[in-house]
Parts: sequence; C-alpha cells; structure tokens
Amino acid sequence: MERSISVDQVSKSFGKKKVLERIDLQVQRGEIHGLIGPSGAGKTTLVKLLVGMDIADKGTVHVLGKRMPDLDLLQSIGYMAQADALYAELTGLENLQFFASLFKLSKAQQKERIAYTADLVKLANELGKKVAAYSGGMRRRLSLAIALIQDPQILILDEPTVGIDPELRLSIWNELLRLKREAGKTILVTTHVMDEAERCDRLAMVRDGRILTSGSPRELMTDYQVSGLEEVFLKVGGAR
Amino acid sequence: MTRTLALIRRIRQQMLRDRRTLALLFVAPLFVLTLMYYLFNGNDDPSRLGVSQVPATVVQALEEADLTVIAYDHIDEELLTREKLDGALQLTDGQLSLALTNNDPTKAKALQMKVAQTLAAASQGAQSAEQPGGRNMTTTYLYGTADTNFFDVLSPILVGFFVFFFVFLISGIGLLRERMTGTLERLMSTPIRRSEVITGYLAGYGIFAVIQTIIVVFYAITVLDITLAGSIWNVLLVNLLLALVALSLGILLSTFASSEFQMVQFIPIVIIPQVFFAGIFPFDAMAGWMQVLARIMPLYYGADALKGVMYKGWGFGDIAVDVLVLLLFAAVFIALNTFALRKYRKL
Repeated sequence: MERSISVDQVSKSFGKKKVLERIDLQVQRGEIHGLIGPSGAGKTTLVKLLVGMDIADKGTVHVLGKRMPDLDLLQSIGYMAQADALYAELTGLENLQFFASLFKLSKAQQKERIAYTADLVKLANELGKKVAAYSGGMRRRLSLAIALIQDPQILILDEPTVGIDPELRLSIWNELLRLKREAGKTILVTTHVMDEAERCDRLAMVRDGRILTSGSPRELMTDYQVSGLEEVFLKVGGAR
Repeated sequence: MTRTLALIRRIRQQMLRDRRTLALLFVAPLFVLTLMYYLFNGNDDPSRLGVSQVPATVVQALEEADLTVIAYDHIDEELLTREKLDGALQLTDGQLSLALTNNDPTKAKALQMKVAQTLAAASQGAQSAEQPGGRNMTTTYLYGTADTNFFDVLSPILVGFFVFFFVFLISGIGLLRERMTGTLERLMSTPIRRSEVITGYLAGYGIFAVIQTIIVVFYAITVLDITLAGSIWNVLLVNLLLALVALSLGILLSTFASSEFQMVQFIPIVIIPQVFFAGIFPFDAMAGWMQVLARIMPLYYGADALKGVMYKGWGFGDIAVDVLVLLLFAAVFIALNTFALRKYRKL
C-alpha cells in the first residue's frame, strides 16, 4: 500500500520543553488514521508539522512523497484547526468563495466544489446567512466544507468533533467514512474521545510527545488482552 | 495575484458589513477636526471695530462688510479693553492705523483682512489722493503678534494625525481579530505566499485609507476652509504615505498584542508621543536628545511636510526628503511584517 504521510524520527521542542520526541508515523493512502491522546500530548504540534506550518528540529516529514514544508503541496492537504476560523461578518457562501479562490481552481471548478461541499455538510440552504448567525454545529460543518474545498487528497482534522452534540458528531463521522469510501481520501484525525477512536482504521496513541503504541483498534485490544480502547490506553500509559 | 485580489475582496466585504467601524474611519476624523476648528476659531459674532477721525464713506463701507462700527473721539488702549472692542481704526495726520486687541488671533486676522479689503476697495472706487489707501495702513497689536494663528499651524498636523491614528487603529485591530479567531492560521494553511498576504492586507485596508484621506483632506480644505498655500496633490501624497506607514505599523504591532485591549494600549506608547514631536510644541526649543528622538517618529516627517505645503506653500522639492523618509518607514515595516508572519508558517 502507498504511504500518504510518513513521519520519521521527528523531534520538536519549544524552548526547553520537549513537545515531540522521536515520533514515527505512517499513514496509508485511503485510511482513516486516528491520533489519540490527552490534551497537551503534542497532537496539534504534530499536525502543524504535517501541514508545514512549523518545522521539525530533527527528523523528516514526507507528505505524498514530498518533503514538508512545501507550499505547492498545500493544494493537496485540507486542514481544519481546532478553532472554527471563519469570517463571522461574511455569509457562508462568501467564506467558501474566499477560501476557494486561494487554491488553484478555475471559476467553474470553484462553483462546482462550493456546491458539492455545501451539500455534503448539509448547509446548501444556509449559505446566504451570515456566519455570525450560525449555530456552533453549523460553523463546524462550514469549517469542514472549507477544508474540503480544493478537493484535497489528504484531510487533516484537529479535533473535528470537540464541543459538538452527539448527533452532529455522528453525522460528521458518517461524512468522513463516506469521503474515505467514495472518494478514497486519506484522513488523519486527532481526538481524545475513545469511541471515535474505534471508528479509525488505525490508531496511534500519543502521550507526552511520544507514540506509546499503534495499530488497528482490534489489534490493540487483542495485544493488550482487554475489551476496550480506554483500557489499552490506561495499560500502556500506566506501564511507563 | 488572484489570491491577493481574493484577500482584498474579502476585506472589502467585511469592512462594508461593519458600519460602526466605517463610521469611525470616515466620520470621526471630520467630527474631531470640526470640533477643534470651532474651539480655536471662537464664535462668528461680528467684530466690534472702534473708529476715530475716519471718513464717513469708509465707515459706511466697513458697516456693509458686516462689522459693528462704533465712533469715538479718541481711542487708546484702555478704551479698547473697556469697550470690549476687537480693534480700532484711527486716522491721525493722514496716516491710518489699525490697533488689534488680538484676544483671538484668528478673529483678529479676519478683522484685519476685512478692514484692509474694505479700504482697498474704497480707495479704488474714489481714486483720489485724499482717500487714504489700505497699503499705508499700519497695524499694531495689543496682545501677541501678526504671526499668532494657532489653528493654521495646527490644522495640517491634525489632518495628518487623524489619518495616521484611525488607519493604525483599524488595520491593527482588523488583523488582530484575524489572528485571534484563527483565520490567519487557516489562511496560512493554504498555498498563499506570505508576501501575498501582506500585499493583500495593505491593499485591502489601503483602499479604505485612501478614501478616508481624500474625505478628510477635502473636508478640511473646502468645508473648514483651512489654509492651503501649496498644492492639494502634495497634501494628498503626504497623507497617503502617512496612511501607508500607519497601515503597515498597525499590522506589525498587532503581532505583539493578544487582545483588542492590548492593541489599544499601544496608543499611549506609539501614537501620543508622536503627537508631541509633530510640531505642536516648538521643535528648536527641545533638548538635543529629544530632537534625535523626534527623528525616529513617522509623524514628525509627515507633519513637517504637511505644515510646509499647507501653511508655508512648499512645493514637492521642499518635501522630497520627508516623502522619502516616509517611504523608507513603510518599506521597513512591510519587510518586518513579512518576516513576522513566520510565526504562523515557516515557509
């Protein structure tokens, strides 16, 4: 299988604080890969290295076979940060139009992608409203639509379901699964919710800047002889 | 290029939605400027002019010029203050003399102008030797000198200051909000170049700065009738450069603020000191190290050029150095801005 993301022996510190230490991570094309760990484990820092916003102190990050950071590669990466990062004064449509025009898309492509993504996150009828009038869930969905606007091969989502209700969380996960199945997207998701981790094809458990263990949810549970991922996490974390 | 344009379009949309901010940008400077104008210009009461031994034809002409003319046998300084006169016109030994109380320099100047114009018109109409001409008139002042006119000196500085201040505040807070909501970070996760981001912001907010500058300058000159001795194009040029410096400085300083509150805290540190060095206080009287300090302040150069053009009638050649220094300030701030964006993306 082809590797979409390859992280080799990456370390990163801010000042004296080591945030990431010798991280290895491989993400295969067309899988949903979960990064699970408590807040402050270094997930967001790792994500920022993947989208080229930061540079590793040691080690290399390759995305689609190219070494990051690489400006042109950002065309192939859809990124959704923890904050919704939307322009509240503008309408949903204007937000989509603005971000669409930052990528290499023809006018016709822009229109088509805006219509497709808005439909995907079920906001097609709300695009004329100002984002300031959107509910929290609508903002998250718009944010996800923006991450998909340029039809990226890789989707990197930093805690996409934090702070939203269970129903919406389920619908976002269904969309992610559909993107993987129908469009063959590679998706990297960070989360600290265990039941989301179960939906991933593969998992990496992160704590204190290290990857404790990785594998498919089933493999992990078998390896550690437990019936739930939470227990795996506790067992691995406690063993240190 | 298309990305920069997209950024400009988005800023335009955002600004047009925010009516309060637009009002602050366009109306607030006019409001404050008008307030200052009336503060310094006093009321529009007709001036009270005492006359003594002045021909009846001249008195009549003066009255037609909207002056309250009161005749006395003899006028001295004591009478000027007691009768609350603004000035007195006397004819002694064929020599006209005008004594101005000069309580209010602007009013005194207007009175002097009116008297001189009336006398000139009267002498032209009569064309006779016995009619005393306005040119022979001597003018004396009870207080101050002929040169005291505060608003004339102050107004060019005020115009430049308001352009600088409001552009600084709005561009700084505009970008700060973008940093706080995470949209700048999201922007940097797209293939946009750092230079494109800076260009987009400069042009996007720049459009509004240009409109504001034009409104403020035209309002000051046509409505408030502020003295403009030089070319209006030079006034616009200097103000636009000031706006560019303010824009790039505002964006740069927003890097060092983590809330709107902290952005406003830059006002006493960055804006107020510049006002002190802009020429409101006499520059030559300052200590040597203060004079050096003044030279690192953009407003010092802007005010110097504006005062030169508007009050002293300087041409472009006279303000070339100021213009060049302002351009240099803008270039340095823009370069620093492009560098500061590395905080968001290293590439």
